[in-house]
Amino acid sequence: MSNVYSAIKVSDHVYWVGAIDWTIRDFHGYTTPHGSTYNAYLVMADEITLIDTVKAPFKEEMIARIKSVIDLSQIKYIISNHSEMDHSGCLPEVIDIIKPKKVFASAVGVKTLQELFHDQHEIIPVKDGEILSLGNMDLTFMETRMIHWPDSMFTYLAKDQLLFSQDAFGMHLATLERFDDEIPAATLEYEAATYYANIVLPYSPVVLKALEKVTKAGWKIKFIAPDHGPVWRKDISGIISLYQKWAGQKPTAKAVVVYATMWHSTEKMASVIAESIAQEGIKVKLMSMNEVHRSEVVYEVLNAGALIVGSSTLNNNILPQMADVMIYLKGLKPTNLIGAAFGSYGWSGESVRDLEQILKDMKVEIVAPSVSVKHVPDNSVLEKCHEFGKVIAAELKKRLAT
Amino acid sequence: MKKYVCGICGYVYDPDKGDPDGGISRGTLFEKLPADWTCPVCGASKEEFSPE
Repeated sequence: MSNVYSAIKVSDHVYWVGAIDWTIRDFHGYTTPHGSTYNAYLVMADEITLIDTVKAPFKEEMIARIKSVIDLSQIKYIISNHSEMDHSGCLPEVIDIIKPKKVFASAVGVKTLQELFHDQHEIIPVKDGEILSLGNMDLTFMETRMIHWPDSMFTYLAKDQLLFSQDAFGMHLATLERFDDEIPAATLEYEAATYYANIVLPYSPVVLKALEKVTKAGWKIKFIAPDHGPVWRKDISGIISLYQKWAGQKPTAKAVVVYATMWHSTEKMASVIAESIAQEGIKVKLMSMNEVHRSEVVYEVLNAGALIVGSSTLNNNILPQMADVMIYLKGLKPTNLIGAAFGSYGWSGESVRDLEQILKDMKVEIVAPSVSVKHVPDNSVLEKCHEFGKVIAAELKKRLAT
Repeated sequence: MKKYVCGICGYVYDPDKGDPDGGISRGTLFEKLPADWTCPVCGASKEEFSPE
């Protein structure tokens, strides 16, 4: 039978042998409307090496792609750059099938894989900076803890000037195209930013340090091969500067107004607030949690300067869809934001106080006293909302000027 | 004794427990940890920690 699945040549000595998941729509709360890929790579050295594996149900696809190039028995080493199950789910089975001489992971990776699989496979820990000879070429390892798990590491193939970056520089995008130059630039930037916001954002300080570490190592990079999405070969400096920008989280003249509403009162307030901020020349994104997914909110917050949140009070609390996005945002730790809260209520009105508290917990600087209204806002309340928007816009401008 | 939390991964350093894997005995105050001590979970340096 001809090869149903083929490997794709990435560089002189590297093939892509991963899998395409066209139908996945959720990664632990991050919505992925365009599917994803699980990338594994084959290094065609004297000691042939498999870098990472794929999510368990995609094992056969990966194996078929490998077999389109070599016999499985020719693989001598397997490297696990990241233990998360979308890259390691089939690792124990793959070790049994391939029977490589050795399997390597970072020291934390070894522990994590043991905690995931509870099996007897021997995995050898490699140190930060350690070099593994594959005979006619070397791999160099670099620990990148918390990008985005404690076990994460990069592997560098100097021979091809290729960086295996596991989840860093990745994106959830299912395509048959394997390279950045085959996909529109706007799509790449949107998908990479969404991935960064939903996965990497809380570890931004570590990202900045890792970028510095890569520069100091003096690695020349012609290819970045991440564990999801296309391989970067055209615009390496472009994606690195985007990571620098996103990790820096410098606020811009943009406000995100996020709200949830019961009977459209909080919505009316949100609409006036958004309009008022926009009148001051600030870009505004108005997002109703009755309709919008949390992943889109954090994408918009990534380059925002202000986060304004509103909710009706339901049974002495904020609305559940608002609690959802606030918990998600809090975990992703966006920084350098100013903000404020607003909302409507029927009798008790705890939602505004609770939203403000969450903003404070997120270290968002509260720059305007909250606005709340019993039941439906009349013109005087909408006027207050208008003023509230103006105060926030002025405060944001002040911060952007300094 | 005051606990300190890692700003990167959320690990909490509890002086009552120390960091046995990192060679830090029980009862060691956060302030007394060596300057090159790092978070046992994520490798962050001492500056990333703040009082819990």
